Amino acid sequence: MAKQPILELQDLEVKFHTLDGVVHAVNGVSYTLEEGQTLGVVGESGCGKSVSVLSVMRLIPDPPGKISGGRILFHGENLLEYEEAKMEGIRGAEIAMVFQDPMTSLNPVLTIGRQVSEAMIVHRGLTAEEANHRAVELLNMVGIPDPAERFGDYPHQFSGGMRQRAMIATALSCNPEILIADEPTTALDVTIQAQIVELTKNLRDRLGMAVIWITHDLSVIADLADKVVVMYAGYIVEEADVFCLYENPLHPYTVSLLKSLPRVDSHRQNKRLATIPGFPPAGTTIFPGCPFAPRCSFMVDRCMHENPQLQQAESGHTVACWVNIEERREI
Amino acid sequence: MAALAEADVIRLQEELKAKPLTPGQLIKLRFLRHKMAVLGAIMLLVLILYAFGGALVYSEAEANFTDTKIRLNPPSAEHPFGTDTVGRDILARTIYGGQISLLIGLSAVVVEVIVGVLIGAIAGYYGGWIDGLLMRFTEAMFNIPQLFLLLVMAKFFGGKIPTITFLNREFSGSVIVIIVIIGITSWMYLARIVRANFLSLKEREFVLAAHTTGTSNLSIIFNHILPNSIAPIIVSGTLSVANAIISEAYISFLGLGVQPPTATWGNMLEGAYNYIETAPWLWISPGILIVLTVLSINFVGDGLRDALDPHAIVEAK
Repeated sequence: MAKQPILELQDLEVKFHTLDGVVHAVNGVSYTLEEGQTLGVVGESGCGKSVSVLSVMRLIPDPPGKISGGRILFHGENLLEYEEAKMEGIRGAEIAMVFQDPMTSLNPVLTIGRQVSEAMIVHRGLTAEEANHRAVELLNMVGIPDPAERFGDYPHQFSGGMRQRAMIATALSCNPEILIADEPTTALDVTIQAQIVELTKNLRDRLGMAVIWITHDLSVIADLADKVVVMYAGYIVEEADVFCLYENPLHPYTVSLLKSLPRVDSHRQNKRLATIPGFPPAGTTIFPGCPFAPRCSFMVDRCMHENPQLQQAESGHTVACWVNIEERREI
Repeated sequence: MAALAEADVIRLQEELKAKPLTPGQLIKLRFLRHKMAVLGAIMLLVLILYAFGGALVYSEAEANFTDTKIRLNPPSAEHPFGTDTVGRDILARTIYGGQISLLIGLSAVVVEVIVGVLIGAIAGYYGGWIDGLLMRFTEAMFNIPQLFLLLVMAKFFGGKIPTITFLNREFSGSVIVIIVIIGITSWMYLARIVRANFLSLKEREFVLAAHTTGTSNLSIIFNHILPNSIAPIIVSGTLSVANAIISEAYISFLGLGVQPPTATWGNMLEGAYNYIETAPWLWISPGILIVLTVLSINFVGDGLRDALDPHAIVEAK
């Protein structure tokens, strides 16, 4: 299959104008998503992962948020130039989204069935009856037992994992080309996490959609993503295909992230779990150097003064780090 | 096979859980625990039966039949509640007056809810200058004493609306006027409640989730957020019915409301104040009926407030 980019972010910049000053949430982020591809976006809280995908949906709360630069190309058309009404036709139909917390992202006073079928009524012009019928099929597809019976249940009658399944059913109801999953497993316990990842994988392969999976947990996307983008303080610091990244991480931040994953055998080595010292910088400060420099154990002089650009390190692997690019030092 | 096994596991897990109560069952349970509310509901039911069931015993013509020979007769076997200043039977008049009073109370609240919800929802959802404009308007309305506004509007619009026939009954235009003016002078509290609710609800994640499925703003306001604020609207609306009945009594008592011969509990009191001591039966029965109605509606509203509060905890017996 000829892989074509269906979504392309070009130099996306998002700023939030708050009372504390301007928060630079996303600073010139570019990535592409090809048909049927799964892209993992990884980073700490507040690094601009969610903001970058909410910009794709054009759902940045404005004010205070503002997309101040760049383009978001969906099939070559810039979504940022779309009118609101046209954008409503994209949301849910072409690009769908699943949120972090299924407890809060389902409307507590509407039945599950009603929420699953809504998008189909809005976008596909189905009658309520057709949509209900299809919603039951969808609930069945995402693995909800007795879907015809559970259809009329309210969200509080569902368990956390089932709610996330229902959210996925809602997102998939119109056969979107892109599914954006914003930390969909963070609020779930580990066994349910695995189920949801497995479900997403199955559905992706069956329906042939592209997935953007946002997470702060590198282990979750290990066998889900094709390509991984690592973000830090609103910048992309490393981009590589998933095997490359795990075997040969180049950016010190990625290295630290991988080190801070708990491992099954760590107790045998009698080691404490590695952590990254310090906090990510506040978005309001503008720092001339590499944003990770203050926390980086490989820091060189240049890091404090100049922000490195993304450069190709090997085929299909780019990294923004002076240590790697300039010095080729082993880290 | 793997998918099947997984589904089976989930089914098993779900079967082992006790099915939680639906929100409707919970509300019913909480309401029934509230003794005064249940009493209020029963009382209200009796009053409604009195006003509408009584119509089977007395016709409206009887209620409006004047016979000056028997004016100001005290309660007797023939006229259990006595007769008024022009010899009409007070029992029959409280029945038909009750219908009008309850009707005015309910319909005025419908007007109030429509205006209040619209203004509150739009202000709360859109925020910004729309919110500013609508809320300043609401405050301006607050600053005009409602009674004056009611009286001025009753005087101004009274008699300009023709009589209409509805459900085989004639309603003088003054009934419509009263309904509308009570409605449009009492929506401000509700608008504020709805706005405050929308302000917090629109930040919730399910609203963002609704946006991501391409739902339009209008649909989000009415289909997604409004059902979430239905509880305070019901409570406020219920309590407003009592206020509307009192407002109607005010206006009619001052002679600007519904015009005789159409009876309301309010205008039955109008002629009574000259006879407070000499003919107390003139005001006792309509007065008691107003008090009982307002009291029972307030009890019911109070009970609904507790029943619809999702944070209230039902203790297991």
